[in-house]
Amino acid sequence: MGGTHVIDAHQVVKNYGEFSALAGVSVHVDAGECLALLGPNGAGKTTLTEILEGYRTRDGGKVEVLGVDPSKPTGAWRSKLGIVLQNASDLADLTVTETITHFARYYPNPADPEQVIAAVGLTEKAASRNGKLSGGQRRRLDVALGIIGNPEVLFLDEPTTGFDPEARREFWVLIDRLKLEGTTILLTTHYLDEAQYLADRVAVIARGQIVAHGTPDSIGHRGDAIVTWSEGKREMSESTTEPTAFVAALASKFNGEIPHLRVRRASLEDAYLELIAQDRDIHVGEQ
Amino acid sequence: MTNFIRLDAVGMGMGRVGIELKQFFRDRESAVFNFLLPMILLVIFGSVFGEQDLGDSDITFSQYFVAGMIASGILYTSFQNLAISIPMEREDGTLKRLQGTPMPPAAFFIGKIGMVFVAYIAQVTILIAVGVLFFDIDIPTTSFAIFTFIWISILGLIATTLLGIAYSVVPKQGRGAAALVSPVVLVLQFTSGVFFVFTDLPQWMQSFASLFPLKWLAQGMRSVFLPESAAAMEVNGSWELGLTAVVLVVWIALGALLATLFFRWAPRGEN
Repeated sequence: MGGTHVIDAHQVVKNYGEFSALAGVSVHVDAGECLALLGPNGAGKTTLTEILEGYRTRDGGKVEVLGVDPSKPTGAWRSKLGIVLQNASDLADLTVTETITHFARYYPNPADPEQVIAAVGLTEKAASRNGKLSGGQRRRLDVALGIIGNPEVLFLDEPTTGFDPEARREFWVLIDRLKLEGTTILLTTHYLDEAQYLADRVAVIARGQIVAHGTPDSIGHRGDAIVTWSEGKREMSESTTEPTAFVAALASKFNGEIPHLRVRRASLEDAYLELIAQDRDIHVGEQ
Repeated sequence: MTNFIRLDAVGMGMGRVGIELKQFFRDRESAVFNFLLPMILLVIFGSVFGEQDLGDSDITFSQYFVAGMIASGILYTSFQNLAISIPMEREDGTLKRLQGTPMPPAAFFIGKIGMVFVAYIAQVTILIAVGVLFFDIDIPTTSFAIFTFIWISILGLIATTLLGIAYSVVPKQGRGAAALVSPVVLVLQFTSGVFFVFTDLPQWMQSFASLFPLKWLAQGMRSVFLPESAAAMEVNGSWELGLTAVVLVVWIALGALLATLFFRWAPRGEN
């Protein structure tokens, strides 16, 4: 623990009875950086996030967020945090403006409520009751509540669930702007394009352990190319580090044009799925 | 940095009173169940039994019943309201969201208490207005009766608010909360001299009800709304205001202890 990281978790352990939710997880996020936590449902993402947010206790390891142990939260510490929780349905009877204006009161240095409402694209809905918002609009309200306090650290737990593609793009631009202003972000998401776009680094968590971490472009076998083509009615696919030689060999096999040929670099999603599959195979082997 | 937040707890709490009231009145279920119910019951019972006199006295049932309804209103706006709404807030993420902000926990409780007081004042005002307009209720004018009304209301609201906060840990889920809360309120109403004249009840029922605040609240409110001569019809031939104060203070202490020990922000199993 050098104390230089904004978020610093070292060998965090969390058990629920016999079940080991986190088996010694270490992650760190530096100032102004965005780390995306990836992993299947039940892997421990939310448990880890909620330990960092001060909601849950831990059974072992050291944790610091902005130099404070989250298990001993203070008001001053909380005023520097912005939290967007998973699927909230509270505050249904208030309007958007009432909600944002009220929550601004809790922070010593809040953003302008009207600007925040505009930033998340809810200006037209400002006078609507929160309970009448669509799923995507409701999520934007949650994001607005997460950033109303001008946080130094922002936790985003699956922030764009229910967004249409355009709203997701707009959200990314908003988060990019916060990053430019120096906000440190811990993002949990199932959308790998989102992690690719927003994250400086990604960490893949499975069965309570980090199975890979690095930049979105280097994680897993991102150097590989994926060649796909058709043979008769069958879709063929091959992962290779030498796509040119592979395609040349294919071309001579087909004696000219290769049907439906496509060569692309492995996406973050390919790398992620491979990592998760490997992890599963290893654990099946152990049993 | 820490100090500014502590000092601001009262200000933030006041802000929460407004937010809590908006949510209380905009939620139709809560507005009917916790706020309008005493008025509805007064209209029904007043219309059916209102003209009957109690025993040999010339006190109408409506006059007796309005005191019981005001006492019940204390229980509705505080205990029933909070014991149902807090489990729902625990389930829908309200409490979790607040816990994640720098809001001092005291502000949350100030907001709840403020909401309960404002809702009760509005409820009593309408209840008395309905009683006077439709059921010929006499309202007290002596300063002693008004003073009694005020302190019984305040002690009663504090005790039942704390008990509502403590009881909010009993329902495991928001959805079923009402089913675990309203039977408690109903049983107390039937045994505490709200729907029936207290002295007509079996002895064991009277003893049971005497353990809980509602019996004392109803008796105290009768001392406000019934003539002095009616004291002779009470169990011990007196309004027992001193004993009422003692019972309510004991319940405040017990409620504070239980609320402090058992109140929780997170649903069970989430920690």
